[in-house]
Amino acid sequence: MFRFAFMRLLQAIPVILVVISITFLLVHSAPGGPFSADKAVPPEVLKALETQYNLDQPLWQQYISYLGDVLHGDFGPSFKYPGRTVSELIASGLPATAELAVYAMLVALIIGASAGVFAAARPNSMQDYIPMSAAMLGICMPSFLLGPLLVLIFGINLEWVPVSGWGDAPGDKILPAITLGTGYAAYIARLSRGGMLEILSQDYIRTARAKGLSEPLVIAKHALRGGLIPVVAFLGPAFAGLVGGSFVVETIYQIPGLGRFYVQAAFNRDYTMILGTTIFFATLIILFNLISDMLTIWLNPKLRQQGQGDN
Amino acid sequence: MALLEVNGLKVHFHTRDGLVKAVDDVSFSVDCGETLAIVGESGSGKSVTCYSLLDLLPKPPAKIEGGTALFDGVDLLSCDAKQMRSFRSNDIAMIFQDPMTSLNPFITIGEQLIEPLIYNPDKTRSQSRDNARLRAIELLDEVGIINPEARFDCYPHEFSGGMRQRVMIAMALINEPRLLICDEPTTALDVTIQAQILELISQLQQKRNMAVIFISHDLGVVAGIADKVMVMCDGTVRETGDTDTIFYNTANDYTKKLLAAIPEGAKTLLSRVQPEAPIIEVKNLKTYFRDYSKALAGAGSAKRFIKAVDGVSLHIQRGEILGLVGESGSGKSTLGRSILQLAPITEGSVHFCGTQISGLNPRQLVPWRRKMQMIFQDPYASLNPRMTVYQTLAEPLLYHGLATSANIDKQVRLLMDDVGLARASMRKYPHEFSGGQRQRIAIGRAIATKPELIIADEPVSALDVTIQAQILDLILDLVERHNLTMLFISHDLSVVRYISDRVMVMNKGVILETGDTETLWANPQQQYTRHLLESIPLADPKSERQRLARSALSKVGMQGEDLEQRFRAEI
Repeated sequence: MFRFAFMRLLQAIPVILVVISITFLLVHSAPGGPFSADKAVPPEVLKALETQYNLDQPLWQQYISYLGDVLHGDFGPSFKYPGRTVSELIASGLPATAELAVYAMLVALIIGASAGVFAAARPNSMQDYIPMSAAMLGICMPSFLLGPLLVLIFGINLEWVPVSGWGDAPGDKILPAITLGTGYAAYIARLSRGGMLEILSQDYIRTARAKGLSEPLVIAKHALRGGLIPVVAFLGPAFAGLVGGSFVVETIYQIPGLGRFYVQAAFNRDYTMILGTTIFFATLIILFNLISDMLTIWLNPKLRQQGQGDN
Repeated sequence: MALLEVNGLKVHFHTRDGLVKAVDDVSFSVDCGETLAIVGESGSGKSVTCYSLLDLLPKPPAKIEGGTALFDGVDLLSCDAKQMRSFRSNDIAMIFQDPMTSLNPFITIGEQLIEPLIYNPDKTRSQSRDNARLRAIELLDEVGIINPEARFDCYPHEFSGGMRQRVMIAMALINEPRLLICDEPTTALDVTIQAQILELISQLQQKRNMAVIFISHDLGVVAGIADKVMVMCDGTVRETGDTDTIFYNTANDYTKKLLAAIPEGAKTLLSRVQPEAPIIEVKNLKTYFRDYSKALAGAGSAKRFIKAVDGVSLHIQRGEILGLVGESGSGKSTLGRSILQLAPITEGSVHFCGTQISGLNPRQLVPWRRKMQMIFQDPYASLNPRMTVYQTLAEPLLYHGLATSANIDKQVRLLMDDVGLARASMRKYPHEFSGGQRQRIAIGRAIATKPELIIADEPVSALDVTIQAQILDLILDLVERHNLTMLFISHDLSVVRYISDRVMVMNKGVILETGDTETLWANPQQQYTRHLLESIPLADPKSERQRLARSALSKVGMQGEDLEQRFRAEI
């Protein structure tokens, strides 16, 4: 298993390189630059700024020196937040975003998996149709619609929870987690229903029933582990997506997370910030995919034992 | 009153295509210590009958429309869920056809074994985990699992097929059921393993005085162990009677047809074999595969190989049918594929009509491919489901330039006549045909290019016995009419004997013995061949009972060791 992980990490190096190169080319080929602002800046000042950030050098030189910096773990200074480095900015936004992602994932897993398993237990009945229709609705509902709706109902009309903020008042993390988690819960519900249906049609489920086991036990003990494998495979990319895709929710609820840096960087042509956050998210996606692949292997006794003799 | 009395059982399937009467007015009874065999071809309703007793059918589409099944006086068809659980746990146990898929791959076999004990709905019977473990280990030992304490915590994939079926049997017996239902328990197993499992079931039955219902499509399998036989077809009972009557004095036409379809004896050697230069000559052929599972586990770069074919030399004369027999994993299919250059060979040479074809690149092989064709085992999987019969048959003709767009229709029609397919079904897709018809399509595709050599890999083992007989006769007919040469691969010795001029016995990648079919049958030289031949179940109750008794005596004591070796060889 360790060897498998090591090989996968090696494979990740060229992937990251390609991501850096393409992003670098794209941001530099986009019209305008970090200092082409609304106000006219005197040419001498502009010139001085460009020299300070090495923007006057040929593109390939900039590329090489940027790669060198990244190798040392230095994403450079931000063009728009003077005096702060990209690494500092990411570190300042990450805790809130990561915490939100974890809560949203918990919401998604608990609601999604139980709805899927519940639906699969009696396929093509009301017990199946109702949660699955709800899941379809969850997939279709964008978070910029769901968020304000939840705020309106639970924050303003019922006054159960605060309408915004992060860690300022008790319960202000509930609505963001639900808003962000709902779409994923819906996907997980559909995945776990499909996985469970496939496992429940296996011969060994018939064996378990023929042994006289009760139906809840058949599902919990014999079907669940195999049935949730597709969900586990989805968790990695989903978690990375949660971290990277929380911009809308962070904006709705005024959460000091990472998402706003990402989007603002794009608007501001903050080259180093765009590159830094992109590399950061790419690494996250690769890492979480690896974790969920390793979990999938570990869940299957046959694959697990094949991997045991490694290194 | 008998232990189980089934009366007028009717099970219907309400499908989208309409009503299917899977079981229609079936009645039978079975008592303690008695074995009832239910025999029939696929779709005859034999399995559905037994599944409905334990409420194991998916509902919908299945629906029990009528009848009673009194087990010890209680009707199984109308009892509530709780009672049914109790019957399943304590009174009626079941063994399924495919041991590879019937055990949960995620749970250790020990845990699966003790479940009926620790989760018993009858609280007075349920046991603690520790007691259950002891009981399970005892039973594993009884069914012939070596070193049961250690094997208790293994997962199903660590067992071979035969071993898994033993575990299934132990699981079925753990609560000492009064009725054991065996649904084709040996169909997925090799003939030598089949003999062991049949023996085991009959020993365990005698010891416990159980009632046994044994479902099979193979009359040979049930001849030795059944007291009564019930023959089913299309959901109805055609005949019920004691075993000797069914086998020796049946008046029923369908039973006669089933008995007649069992390949028996050998055909007379034909003069079509031309003793000139052999059409195919294989010298010291080796095909090794990287063993990825072990290579991963092994330290460093010490690569391990599976020696699927390990130094095989053979020749086939023009016009000859050479039978190749061996158990699963013996390398017989790989040998067939290696000869056709479909599997990469490691060493050795293959000459076809005097030209060396091993080592040619794919483009150089194209003209040779036309002359060598293959028929595969599973006609469900080997035909493209998105191509009509016409497309399937026309493709090789057009590709090899054997037909022009002007005469292709006529050529395809002739081909369909050749393999006995109705011309009207030319535009149909494979799923619209039965298994036998599909194999006819596959054979038509193989002979379309007018090949000289055909390698048939288990062409009839996925088919019912009556269909099997038809396909074998078709193959014999085609070989004669088109002057074909054939390598016929099969695990079924009776089939090989029926069709082959000469037979090769293969085991663990090497050829053990070669000889004219009848000479080999009458006087096998190798111990392994003798063992194989002795394991064939005969469709003759009297000699079959004698055979079982003989092998039971001779196996005592040596069985364990034999199995251990076999197991070691398999992992």
